[in-house]
Amino acid sequence: MKLTLKVWRQKNAKDKGHFETYQVTANEHMSFLEMLDVLNESLISEKKDPVYFDHDCREGICGTCSMVINGQPHGPMQGTTACQLHMRHFKDGNTITIEPFRAKAFPVVKDLVVDRSAFDRIMQAGGYISVDTGQAVDGNSIPIGKETAAKAFDAAACIGCGACVAACPNASAMLFVSAKVSHLGLLPQGKVEAKRRALNMVHQMDEEGFGMCSNVTACEAECPKEISVDNIARLNREYIGAAFTADEK
Amino acid sequence: MSLTGIFLILFLVVHLAGNLQLLSNDGGQSFNVYADFMANNPLIQFISKGNFFFILLHAVVGTGLWLTNRSARGGQGYAVKVTKATNTNAGFAKNMWFLGVIIFVFIVVHLAQFWFQMKFGEVGADVVMVNYGDGDVKDLYALVAATFTNLPFVIFYVVCMVVIAFHLWHGFQSAFQTIGWNHPKYTPIIAFLGKAYSILIPLGFAIIPIIFYLNHA
Repeated sequence: MKLTLKVWRQKNAKDKGHFETYQVTANEHMSFLEMLDVLNESLISEKKDPVYFDHDCREGICGTCSMVINGQPHGPMQGTTACQLHMRHFKDGNTITIEPFRAKAFPVVKDLVVDRSAFDRIMQAGGYISVDTGQAVDGNSIPIGKETAAKAFDAAACIGCGACVAACPNASAMLFVSAKVSHLGLLPQGKVEAKRRALNMVHQMDEEGFGMCSNVTACEAECPKEISVDNIARLNREYIGAAFTADEK
Repeated sequence: MSLTGIFLILFLVVHLAGNLQLLSNDGGQSFNVYADFMANNPLIQFISKGNFFFILLHAVVGTGLWLTNRSARGGQGYAVKVTKATNTNAGFAKNMWFLGVIIFVFIVVHLAQFWFQMKFGEVGADVVMVNYGDGDVKDLYALVAATFTNLPFVIFYVVCMVVIAFHLWHGFQSAFQTIGWNHPKYTPIIAFLGKAYSILIPLGFAIIPIIFYLNHA
């Protein structure tokens, strides 16, 4: 299949950036990133600068790939990361526009690579539980109800890719933060620090310059792990509760 | 936004209940007596001050939110933007501030036309007095009737009610999500109530100028 790619090229954070058009021949069994590999091989053989893009596991579980394909973070398929998007979902002769995730808190590093370290700092602010390390504990030593375990697991499916921020008209990171707060706060090991976690992670999210949630729910629709906005309501509950009852100021 | 919004949602119900007296067939007596009560009762005056405060707070916080969110989105927009979302209120959700600005302009015009005249209007020049046997009251009914025989005003009021319906279509449900009330059992009920409210309440307001126009013009 022959495709026309309109790819965002930007030398560095200060560069204004522009679209460049490329022709690429791919086959329908390739993943989207493999198709970009083909483009890059041809660019390298022509001694041109390849298109920079983030990728790691290519199995849809690491959250590294990040690009907006034809106006949608991770492309047109529901619940699918860019690396798991296959070219069979496109047609011969298609023109595909590829842009980086855009948000003030996600500055472009180069081409399609954006700096998502803001998410790391939000995690450092509270996205953890404080327990002694050591031998793995027996998984059944703390019984947890099925409904609670399922909710926590659904939230834990968040891979922290940032598609929610890219899709949100407000560039809000509420879906990400709410997934982490829900995942940890629903389980007994995480409940101990739940109040402090909600307050600190939301504070850090605001510090990083993400927008505020206005319940558009575009995040939920574009999330490759289909994290529900129910988690945002849970975060709001946790946050409001913590604001009034937390032990610290 | 949520808490002030819920207050204003409650206010609209009371406001509509009062206004529907305009349609009672008594030459405006019940409405004028009610308007006089609303303009002079000390408790109502207190709630009214709170209402103005909440409207302003809703507008100021909403504008702050809009500015923060615009800034967070960054300067460079997407060349192509498509969504997988199928919810009906996303379009309104993204434009709540613009809808809000129209509503704010409407409130200013609406207050100038009726509230200001009722409170500060010069008797004889702006409003006339009527007596129903319990002292003179301002004939606000006559002022409403005069305004709504003017077609441009009728259109303005009806269009603004459509804008309020759009604002509420998102706002009602969103208010509950923001305070964290999301529940498998109650959220569908809230969604239904929100849609019913955002159609019925603006419709209730909109039929008043339409009926006045058809009856008096």
